[in-house]
Amino acid sequence: MRKFKEFIIEKLILLSGLTSIFFVVLIFLFLLKEGLSVFQIVTPCDFLFGKSWYPISEPAQLGILPLMMGSLIITLGATIISVPIGVACAVYIAEVAPSRIKEILKAGIELLAAIPSVVLGFIGMMTLVPWIKNVFHLPTGLTALSGSVMLAFMAMPTIVSIAEDALYSVPKSYKEGALALGATHWQTIYRIIVPAASSGILAAVMLGIGRVIGETMAVMMITGNAAVIPTSILQPVRTLTATIAAEMGEAVVGSEHYFALFAIGIVLFIISFIINVTSDLFLHRERK
Amino acid sequence: MIPKIQVSNLNLYYSTFHALKNINVTLEAKKITAIIGPSGCGKSTLLRVFNRMNDLVDGVKTTGEVFIDGNNILATDTNLVDLRKKVGMVFQRPNPFPLSIYENVIFGLKVHGIKKNLDPVVENSLKAVSLWDGLKDRLKKSALSLTLEEKQRLCIARLIAVKSDIVLMDEPCSSLDPQSTTRIEELMRELKKEYSIVIVTHNMQQAARVSDDTGFMLLGELIEFNKTEVIFTKPHDSRTEGYITGRYG
Repeated sequence: MRKFKEFIIEKLILLSGLTSIFFVVLIFLFLLKEGLSVFQIVTPCDFLFGKSWYPISEPAQLGILPLMMGSLIITLGATIISVPIGVACAVYIAEVAPSRIKEILKAGIELLAAIPSVVLGFIGMMTLVPWIKNVFHLPTGLTALSGSVMLAFMAMPTIVSIAEDALYSVPKSYKEGALALGATHWQTIYRIIVPAASSGILAAVMLGIGRVIGETMAVMMITGNAAVIPTSILQPVRTLTATIAAEMGEAVVGSEHYFALFAIGIVLFIISFIINVTSDLFLHRERK
Repeated sequence: MIPKIQVSNLNLYYSTFHALKNINVTLEAKKITAIIGPSGCGKSTLLRVFNRMNDLVDGVKTTGEVFIDGNNILATDTNLVDLRKKVGMVFQRPNPFPLSIYENVIFGLKVHGIKKNLDPVVENSLKAVSLWDGLKDRLKKSALSLTLEEKQRLCIARLIAVKSDIVLMDEPCSSLDPQSTTRIEELMRELKKEYSIVIVTHNMQQAARVSDDTGFMLLGELIEFNKTEVIFTKPHDSRTEGYITGRYG
């Protein structure tokens, strides 16, 4: 009887495991089926490197280069802002902060992670956007820079918490060894602890970037959504994600526009997949 | 006799726990001093007083005086960087940094701002621990690829590179096999010519084999301190006798 129970439970667990994989495969197949149809209309090369995105003009121009550039510039900006601050914050929490401040900071970071992206977007729209408009004397504050800043806030919790874990998992004996050789606290941190945690920190950065690339709501609200190839960070841009979100509602099912949006989905899927695999590799290397 | 480390009225508390109780002892230069005693008797804590590693623990309070070459290292204005350069430490588990062998040896020099002429130092330090011949062609390899014994030797070479003159060893052989242990003990005898060594061990035979002086600790007190042969042949205190004859511990 007990054996039978074990058997049932085992199979149930197996089934739930398989279900999640099954759904991922289904989603992917659906994405492929809908997305790949677009290549009957445009070549993959024209799709990826075409400079204009006018999906409802006649004939439709379906080049997503401006969108990819938009995603890229915002991701780059957000990375440049969030990585130094996030890593420094993780080092501070893991190595420097007294325990009381550590608790407060960690709670604060978790709170930041809990803010819905639409709220962050709204706050950005009300505060950051007018500020950028005034400071740089721009016609509009809805720029790539605004998006980068707000997305940096979204990437930070991921970066901080994973980098912090990586720093904690550095064996205490390294730290003791360095201090016992007369290294100062700071020398111990930058010569031993951070390099020892580097693969975990890289994974943290990759996952932070993954978060930024996939983010939709906040960028849609504050980047201006102009599908042009940006030449400066102070221009409005449109990202891959915002394009899907903004246009899916008005695309006619089965139209080339509709297929093109699914193809953008495939591109996003591939990018996130690469980022996740890379960060997994880094995390795996660290555990070894 | 040249006093190297002089401890007077040393008391140490971890918050409310009285870990070291009124320790008074004088350790000689260029000798191997062993500290023995059962687990939790405070022998590692005492060792960690000599390079102030206990400062890393929250809530530690130390009173009394510890003079090293005449300077009270417990004074608040003690420069810990200089102290730890002078008083090196070898840990229970070999802890080479995840860097190359070469970088490990010169780590101490680098943090003390010495960046030139490092090659001869690496060679001499590795020769002193008999690693040079085996490793001279793979100095750029990661130190983590070494055997445990090699790692422990490398950790000793790190101290030789910064010219420590006191070497504290916290159970340096407890993770090594008997052959490696014998060879590390030989190395200690060799190093004694230049360095003053304090070793904490709960391996009594090891203390008997390598040390010149031995201190026996129990529950935070230094029960007896004497020449090693005296401790092991005619201890004055019945508690010491009980421990070395294996009645407890």
